[in-house]
Amino acid sequence: MTPEIGHYALVLALLLAAAQALFGLLGPVLAQQRYVQAVPFAVAGQFVFTVLAMACLVNAFVQMDFSVRYVAENANSALPLFFRVAAVWGAHEGSLLLWILVLSVWTVAVTLRSRALPQRFMARVLGIMGLLSVGFLIFTLATSNPFLRLDPAAPDGRDLNPVLQDFALAIHPPMLYTGYVGLSVAFAFACAAMIEGQLDQAWARWTRPWTTLAWAFLTAGIALGSWWAYYELGWGGFWFWDPVENASFMPWLVATALIHSLAVTDKRGLFKSWTLLLAITGFSLSLLGTFLVRSGVLVSVHSFAADPARGIFILAFLVIVIGGALTLYAWRAPLLRSNAGFELTSRESFLLFNNILLVIAAAVIFGGTMAPMISDALGQGALSVGPQYFNPSFLVPALPLLALVSVGMHASWKRGNLSRTQRPVLATLVLAVALALAVWLGAYGTGSLMLPVGLGLGVWIILSSLVDPIDRLRRGLSLSAGVLGMSVAHIGLGLLTLGIAVVQTASIERDSALVVGQRAQLGAYSFRFDGVEPAEGANFNATQAKVTVQRDGADVAVLQPQKRNYWVQRNAMTEAAIKTQWNQDLFVAMGEDVGKGAWSLRMQVRPLIQFVWFGAIIMMLGGIIAGLDRRYRQLKPIAEQEPNTVGIAAEARTA
Amino acid sequence: MIARRRRLVLVLGIVAGVAVAGGLALQAFRSNVTFFFDPTQVAAGEVKPGQRFRLGGMVKEGSLIRQAGELEVRFAVTDFKREVPVVYRNVLPDLFREGAGVVAHGRMQADGSFLADEVLAKHDEKYMPPEVARSLKKGETRSGM
Repeated sequence: MTPEIGHYALVLALLLAAAQALFGLLGPVLAQQRYVQAVPFAVAGQFVFTVLAMACLVNAFVQMDFSVRYVAENANSALPLFFRVAAVWGAHEGSLLLWILVLSVWTVAVTLRSRALPQRFMARVLGIMGLLSVGFLIFTLATSNPFLRLDPAAPDGRDLNPVLQDFALAIHPPMLYTGYVGLSVAFAFACAAMIEGQLDQAWARWTRPWTTLAWAFLTAGIALGSWWAYYELGWGGFWFWDPVENASFMPWLVATALIHSLAVTDKRGLFKSWTLLLAITGFSLSLLGTFLVRSGVLVSVHSFAADPARGIFILAFLVIVIGGALTLYAWRAPLLRSNAGFELTSRESFLLFNNILLVIAAAVIFGGTMAPMISDALGQGALSVGPQYFNPSFLVPALPLLALVSVGMHASWKRGNLSRTQRPVLATLVLAVALALAVWLGAYGTGSLMLPVGLGLGVWIILSSLVDPIDRLRRGLSLSAGVLGMSVAHIGLGLLTLGIAVVQTASIERDSALVVGQRAQLGAYSFRFDGVEPAEGANFNATQAKVTVQRDGADVAVLQPQKRNYWVQRNAMTEAAIKTQWNQDLFVAMGEDVGKGAWSLRMQVRPLIQFVWFGAIIMMLGGIIAGLDRRYRQLKPIAEQEPNTVGIAAEARTA
Repeated sequence: MIARRRRLVLVLGIVAGVAVAGGLALQAFRSNVTFFFDPTQVAAGEVKPGQRFRLGGMVKEGSLIRQAGELEVRFAVTDFKREVPVVYRNVLPDLFREGAGVVAHGRMQADGSFLADEVLAKHDEKYMPPEVARSLKKGETRSGM
């Protein structure tokens, strides 16, 4: 019975989403106050029924109702409870339902937090979000209904793909989707502002916290996915330029640009139409990410779903949403000109460079990700684009971007007066160069030049991010959450940078066939193979190897990688063993029995790889701190406080 | 006037920067894209000497050879008309097996074998790389004619 309840709840959610869209968009146009007031009720109703639908699906998984096709395809009676819940979003249908639920949660949050915003404007924002919800609900009900029955019911399920049976991957989709869908808030704010034909600094202030929080979740989602690929897929690295990774990275880059551009719109009333364009692009890339991953267009380990009919629907949806928003932009953006000046070395300039470089980076990745599809569609042959393209092309915008962070962070608004902040910038630079050289020569010896360059940039960013907060604390000034969040996020970026620089240049990897007792030498570490033994888990049995890692004759770690055989899906699966130390990871994955008592083993030493994810988590924290700044929670519309707060805007208008 | 000139410099600088980045990206793209070939195309000499490419097809049944205790493996990739011998010196992926689809990255060697530096077999039993599927289907219709 519950699957049917879930199904009907989805239909009701669709009707309420339609009401939300209709009342929200028509209310202000027809000047019908009753319509406008009805919107929050539609939002609440949609939320209730979406939650109900999700609860029904979770229940079907927990109860192992194998008469539901989706459950039978993605769970099994031997699957542990935690993974049965996670299996809800382990495949296409359930992840769409999750998408809809997350959108509903964001919509409710916007409704609750923004009661003080002009009602007409809010109605429009919620109307746009309702439209998005309508699209996804129709898509789910028409092509990807998770509640369809299987007749006769399956005796047991086919089980969740073993690579998905993992903690990080269980929480990766909700995080990533919270980020993806969170960008819809900025998108809806942008569309509403364009419909109104009015965009002021108050608008930027309303939009900023939502965008920053969405960005923080997106950061965490990408980091979790990357961490998972590292230890679960046994590939041993943190980033592979896989199309699905790129699909989440592109909206992240644009969202990063958007956060910075919104800061300028908020503080100076500039970059208005550019900010709008970024808001549209960021969410469009999120939709594209969903499309790329879920339509099976791309060939990748992640593309578990393959159904072109769905692809065509999403493509049509993409065209309507992106095309509609861009049309609106072409029509309305010229109304939103801002005409203030700023000097070449002012903070506005540096934020402009930041935006340009981030957009270039996104474009470079977009080109490389789409090229195989385009070439294929044009019959130009099947080509593939790999790290050989992405690594150097990404560095071209990324290096100047990182180099400008420290200078830009200390530049003043409007005036190009760099000499005032020359001292901290230069002092931190000198210190960073010295530290980078010392670490480079001391710990890693000579190697690629990218190592000291990346190290130096990372350390410089960290040091110069500390200057402002320390200076304020020492002078007894208050430190706003906004400034603190920015500093924390930039420190995270610095950690990430130096992590990537070191792990990319100083890693050692070796594949060897070893017999019991034989060693392989990786730098200062020797890996000794001590044999294999059988092992068993909840729903698999395995062969487990024992590898002892030594340095200078002393044991450092005992690693026990496994080769697992899951009972239901019968796939062999490698479970790598990783010893994490603060400054490096020791990694072993099993290959196979190659005869004569020897096993093939993949062994790696990866210095500072944990800094990559640690840095990303710090960035996320920074985003959350900044997004929760009290400044954004002033519920009064800015227009009412005009005389004392928008002095700069007035100045800007007259300039 | 000065403001306008400064803005002009800024815009020109940005355009130049974008152009340089675009040019470098295109250059990197041109020299680093790898194309897909099936064994028939390899036999027909469509691959330029020394070119890095992706070889796709099925692992021929009974072709997997390994010296006991050695890492190096040899196998043949076939599209059921032609086959290419492959040499690989690293750990094979989990789903690699005879009779299953495979894609190998690498170069042809002077002795006519393909030296792979990466071998991919995807995480799905039913999965077949689309290029491989297409290339095999093409083979079927051709042989059917």
